[in-house]
Amino acid sequence: MVQAQGLVYEYKKYDEEGRETEVTRAVDQVTFGIQKGDFVAILGHNGSGKSTLAKHMNAILTPTGGTMWVDGRDTREEDKLWEIRQRAGMVFQNPDNQIIGTIVEEDVGFGPENMGVPTKEIWERVEESLKAVNMLKYRHHSPNKLSGGQKQRVAIAGVVAMHPQCIVLDEPTAMLDPNGRKEVIRAVRALNQVEEITVILITHYMEEVIYADKVLVMDQGRVVMEGTPREIFSQVEKLKSYRLDVPQATLLAYELKRAGIDLPDGILTREELVEALCQSN
Amino acid sequence: MIRDITLGQYYPANSILHKLDPRVKLLATLTFIAALFVAKGWPGYLAATIFLVVIIRLSRVPFSFMVRGLKAIVMILMITVVFNLFLTPGDKILVQVWKLKITDVGLRTAIFMAIRLTYLIVGSSVMTLTTTPNDLTDGLERLMGPLKKLHVPVHEVSMMMSIALRFIPILLEETDKIMKAQIARGADFENGNLIQKAKNLVPLLVPLFISAFRRANDLAMAMEARCYHGGEGRTKMKPLIYARRDYAAYGVVICFLAVIIALRVVL
Repeated sequence: MVQAQGLVYEYKKYDEEGRETEVTRAVDQVTFGIQKGDFVAILGHNGSGKSTLAKHMNAILTPTGGTMWVDGRDTREEDKLWEIRQRAGMVFQNPDNQIIGTIVEEDVGFGPENMGVPTKEIWERVEESLKAVNMLKYRHHSPNKLSGGQKQRVAIAGVVAMHPQCIVLDEPTAMLDPNGRKEVIRAVRALNQVEEITVILITHYMEEVIYADKVLVMDQGRVVMEGTPREIFSQVEKLKSYRLDVPQATLLAYELKRAGIDLPDGILTREELVEALCQSN
Repeated sequence: MIRDITLGQYYPANSILHKLDPRVKLLATLTFIAALFVAKGWPGYLAATIFLVVIIRLSRVPFSFMVRGLKAIVMILMITVVFNLFLTPGDKILVQVWKLKITDVGLRTAIFMAIRLTYLIVGSSVMTLTTTPNDLTDGLERLMGPLKKLHVPVHEVSMMMSIALRFIPILLEETDKIMKAQIARGADFENGNLIQKAKNLVPLLVPLFISAFRRANDLAMAMEARCYHGGEGRTKMKPLIYARRDYAAYGVVICFLAVIIALRVVL
């Protein structure tokens, strides 16, 4: 679905005469492949290049070196730009800055309008997308009066209405409160499981990662770890060296184990921890 | 709350005027204004009054909302009336105080002028009160459509207008936030003379502009990510299509204009 081969992206700074003064390599030799229907999480602390990588997935940025394929299309081919953006929808961090319509349903219809979908079908799509994120009863509201989590779900509905095969979410929960975060993640998981849409979730909240099929950890523009959440979170020391936390239950299990209690590796949730503790007794 | 302010002055209600196509309302308002200037003599103004009263009744908007629009022009209205009253020459002098005299012609012109201006404002208020800002921009876009051939960026302008409408409350809230943050650090927005006050606004405006540009950048990216590429090949979720009632409304407006013209010609 989404494939990167030796992907490189450099930000260049220019001085007043237009000479390059500084080159920052935000993404450095990244290679990975994401299968259709997967739920993939990309982790990394600030400045690790994860947002830059995300922007390559719907051709907002094009690579300096290497290649990015989205559903078999090279993102550098300009005539395929709109096809790529329709296939890989993107949800951004700030909910206020990505809602265009003054009424919820108008905003959800914005994408299909741009694609030239006939009017009758736009309405069908708007209704089903709002239903998919459980926001149908707010369809006539002004987005200004919704909570952060609700706004973000409207933004997701706006992408779903374009019938994408893949949704890239660039830290969609960073500006939300814990309840809003739960709402958004629940909506995203439902889309992945019910509609079988490929989800690429970029985040630095570890609790959101445990549901993923696959995790990529980025540091200084490189993919440094790759595996299932269980594989990744069993390496607490290594994660710490990349300035990343682990979920609380995992951290507690890790500390307990260091203190001499016999526990298995890769505990992710509180329930698992409770069970393991009961058994070890 | 600053977020609750409504833009424009839309008054939500369920009336036939609210349901009319915005293009009809725009054109009807223009026609009504033109008719006001064509009308001559009492019968003409009587016809305009009847028309306006019926329209206001149909709109189901409380009359007080219509009058609100008049407050803004009270000064202009007074000046026009006073000038017309005292400075129009005429045959019969009704009152004379020192060099100022009120003539019969002056009195008539002043009254007609006042009626004209009042009706003009009330008439256009009916339009803005019954049409959402978004419908208005849509209507304008369609009406200005032919200008596209002259390379006027009609779609872009209307898109900018609707985005501005969406972001005004957000930026207002942001202004509020920045102001509070600055006050918490000892900024003073209330004291001092005009120049000092203006100077004190600088630390408010700079962060506001920076954030507005950042928002614009984000928004542009989000729009592109959702396949926005200008007006070409774009379909409409709520296309403007004339219904039977819209044609009927055009009919009524044309009849009204005909009556006004007829009254002028006959009398």
